[in-house]
Amino acid sequence: MIPHEKSPADNSMDTLTTDTATRRDFLKAGAVVTGATLAPGVLFYGVAHSRPADAPASAAVRWGMLIDTQKCGDGCKSCVTACNEENGLSGKTGPQDSQWIRKVDIRNLQTGAHHELPMLCQHCEKPPCVDVCPTGASMKRADGIVLVDRHICIGCRYCMMACPYKARSLVHEPLTEQKPDVPRGMGCVEACTFCVQRVDRDESPACVEACAKDGHNAMLFGNLNDADAPIAKALKSMASTEVRADLNLNTGVRYQGI
Amino acid sequence: MNIAFREIQAKQGYWLTMLVFGALAGMGVLSALYMEHNGHIVTGMTNQIVWGLPHVFAVFLIVAASGALNVASIATVFGKTLYKPLNRLSALMALTFLAGGLMALVLDLGRADRLVVAMTQYNFKSIFAWNVILYNGFFAIVIAYLWTMMDRKGAPWYKAVGTFAFVWRLILTTGTGSIFGFLVAREAYDAALLAPMFIIFSFNYGLAMFLLILMGLYKGDNRPLGDKLVNRLRSLLGTFVAASLYFTLVYHLTNLYFTKHHGLEAFLLLEGGIHTQMFWVGQVLIGYVVPMAILFNPATRGRGWTVIAAVAAVLGGLAQMWVTIIGGQAYPMDLFPGYTVTSSFYDGAVNAYSPALVEILLGIGGVATAILLTVGASKVLRFMPERLDDETLAALHGKH
Amino acid sequence: MMAKSLLKKGVGVLLVTVGGLFGLLSVAQAGVDIPSLPPAKSAGKCVEDTDFMRRNHMDVLKHHRDDTMRLGIRTTKHSLKGCVECHASEKSGSVASSKEDFCVACHSYASVKLDCWGCHATKPGKKPADHPSAALGATRAGGGK
Ligand code: HEC
Ligand code: HEC
Ligand code: HEC
Repeated sequence: MIPHEKSPADNSMDTLTTDTATRRDFLKAGAVVTGATLAPGVLFYGVAHSRPADAPASAAVRWGMLIDTQKCGDGCKSCVTACNEENGLSGKTGPQDSQWIRKVDIRNLQTGAHHELPMLCQHCEKPPCVDVCPTGASMKRADGIVLVDRHICIGCRYCMMACPYKARSLVHEPLTEQKPDVPRGMGCVEACTFCVQRVDRDESPACVEACAKDGHNAMLFGNLNDADAPIAKALKSMASTEVRADLNLNTGVRYQGI
Repeated sequence: MNIAFREIQAKQGYWLTMLVFGALAGMGVLSALYMEHNGHIVTGMTNQIVWGLPHVFAVFLIVAASGALNVASIATVFGKTLYKPLNRLSALMALTFLAGGLMALVLDLGRADRLVVAMTQYNFKSIFAWNVILYNGFFAIVIAYLWTMMDRKGAPWYKAVGTFAFVWRLILTTGTGSIFGFLVAREAYDAALLAPMFIIFSFNYGLAMFLLILMGLYKGDNRPLGDKLVNRLRSLLGTFVAASLYFTLVYHLTNLYFTKHHGLEAFLLLEGGIHTQMFWVGQVLIGYVVPMAILFNPATRGRGWTVIAAVAAVLGGLAQMWVTIIGGQAYPMDLFPGYTVTSSFYDGAVNAYSPALVEILLGIGGVATAILLTVGASKVLRFMPERLDDETLAALHGKH
Repeated sequence: MMAKSLLKKGVGVLLVTVGGLFGLLSVAQAGVDIPSLPPAKSAGKCVEDTDFMRRNHMDVLKHHRDDTMRLGIRTTKHSLKGCVECHASEKSGSVASSKEDFCVACHSYASVKLDCWGCHATKPGKKPADHPSAALGATRAGGGK
């Protein structure tokens, strides 16, 4: 029998069990009664992939996004709709509903200049949400994607207090019919994941795809660390801004045109 | 002469108190279960006002808990013998008020069922995680402190443990204040002054609560409580209230000095509606002006007046927590300085908040739990001196 | 229904080990009758030896959960989505919507309460064939832990 290992990250699964050994015994009893063998032969397809599925995300990559506010369409909300669709969000915009990406209208107080831009988790290099999270549920993956590990999130919302971009939402009510790829549930904090489920299979985030599909091409997604990537080239050649640059968070999402 | 400690008696008043506060505490727990079941949709809290009334009560209680320990610290650390008979009750209240505050805080979690995660997994960069450690440590140290007071075997460590407890409580309140102080993104909390200010507030709220419980218990149990002691505590409370007012002034004046905070100050002090009222009427008038007018006036020395002053200080404390916690979130975060901002996520808008009944009940439940535990413990163990009349204290005076 | 649920939460909140007691009770009855499980959908074997899975699926899942969540490892072999795809019952199409469903039958018997389904879908998503993530890297799945 394989010994019951406890990983250092051991957590929620054990929170309510006190009698592991005895329940395991029940399983042994079960083993005698049940147990059938089925023929092997499940077929899968291999897919070309820059990072093998069994390799962890690497710090050689830093995912980032460049948003050109000049190209961001007048009142267009395709990115928002696509995000809601991909991640199974209701699309409602009440004060208690989740919004992972939102369109923001800004107008310069002096000049009156008007811009529109999508605001989402900025995937900071030094994320305040990660710093304040008491359990370590707020985390940054090696490739720079900032996520909430909702298996150990206790719903304290300190990260929401700390985020300068209001990028996070608490799930305020029980959910049903979540997407299999995007588990979400009541009592935990959530935010844009850069569509990590898509990025890990070499697709770009749903918002970026939708923006391109609509012909705006205002959102560019890619590896900031790859000098040959279009995003890295664009950032090198054009002026871009970080929102709240004064906080020195080195955001992964950058804007041009404001 | 040694002071005699005795349990309070289980008379009608005791049971009535236990019943009332037990019922209130029970309602708090029920509200929390209701919130757990339905989610935070049943509260007034939103994705904009993420911390609400439960946090107002919880932080108040936690701050008051560390302040309640002050009386014992004055006796132990600063050698004021007059306060020594009070040190057990003081330490007890430090425990029970912390418990009540943590109860409200924990039951408000989105996933209160994962409490074990919070207790076993720490991100040491997080002030919150540090606070969990500080709270747990506080319980342990104050229990040890009580042991040095109540058990002969512990007596030799009385001074050492008491001093340690005093240092720990200062760190603890600094930690509580820093929960807000480190939120650089939010203007209201972007001030180094928050942590020391919270320490002063804790002296104030803790002593106000202490006075109320002390007078309540002595009256309820028909024990003599002399004017000498009460008047000392009164003037001490007056000093703490004045110090709170001073820090509040400095905080707002510092903010007014920096142009970038003018919007926030205008909001809190002038245009913030309920938050402005909470500040001027709640925090300043009820919390500072009323208690000072009573406490510094020789004409209002009666017990009734003292109760009014202490209750006002407590209400002012709750109002202060409202202004700090809720007012600070209601004021829109400035994502794009120099621009007006609008969005479907309420960017640039003053965020509305109206607490739901469940939140009020949970908050009150926390306070009730603190009181329930204090009264209950006084019945079970010897926390309270049999008599605290002037003669007894005079006989004691000078003795260590 | 709601009262029961409330009670369930209460147990969690107050960290009462009632679950443990029930667990012991059910062990006492273990030899008597074992819940019958709906058969796995695909003809094949489980991702590990059945006997091993029976005893260690929770560790397998937890390990994979942390690998995926925190490291970004996307092998499908031990994925919860995988379990759901194979083990969803004919009748309800789910692993956890009725009492007889695969992930519920044993658990209610052993008084294990899972919170997984508050977030994770209990029914398979799109067909594995047009489900890129399911297909991804299955060739490497052997190495996936
Ligand atoms: C490829 C399809 C497939 C996948 C994927 C799969 N299983 Fe299985 N599983 C089976 C089959 C077939 C059996 C054998 C059923 C039997 O013996 O009746 C089985 C048996 C089991 C058993 C033992 C049941 C018993 O009879 O006592 C457990 C527990 C189990 N699986 C859990 C899991 C978990 C957890 C996962 C996900 C990590 C998973 N399975 C993924 C096909 C699968
Ligand atoms: C509060 C929501 C939530 C709950 C509750 C939850 N999970 Fe998850 N889980 C997630 C999210 C979000 C992911 C990340 C999905 C991704 O990135 O593809 C995830 C991923 C996983 C993965 C890796 C992806 C996969 O399909 O294999 C496993 C395994 C997993 N969870 C197991 C569990 C188990 C077991 C439980 C119950 C004990 C559970 N989770 C409860 C939200 C949740
Ligand atoms: C053969 C019976 C059986 C089946 C089928 C089964 N489980 Fe379990 N499972 C158990 C038992 C018994 C435990 C408790 C073991 C312990 O406490 O160590 C358990 C524990 C767990 C745990 C850990 C829960 C905790 O609180 O620690 C998870 C997660 C889990 N199972 C997931 C699943 C999933 C997902 C499925 C469906 C794919 C499944 N199980 C199917 C018997 C089963």
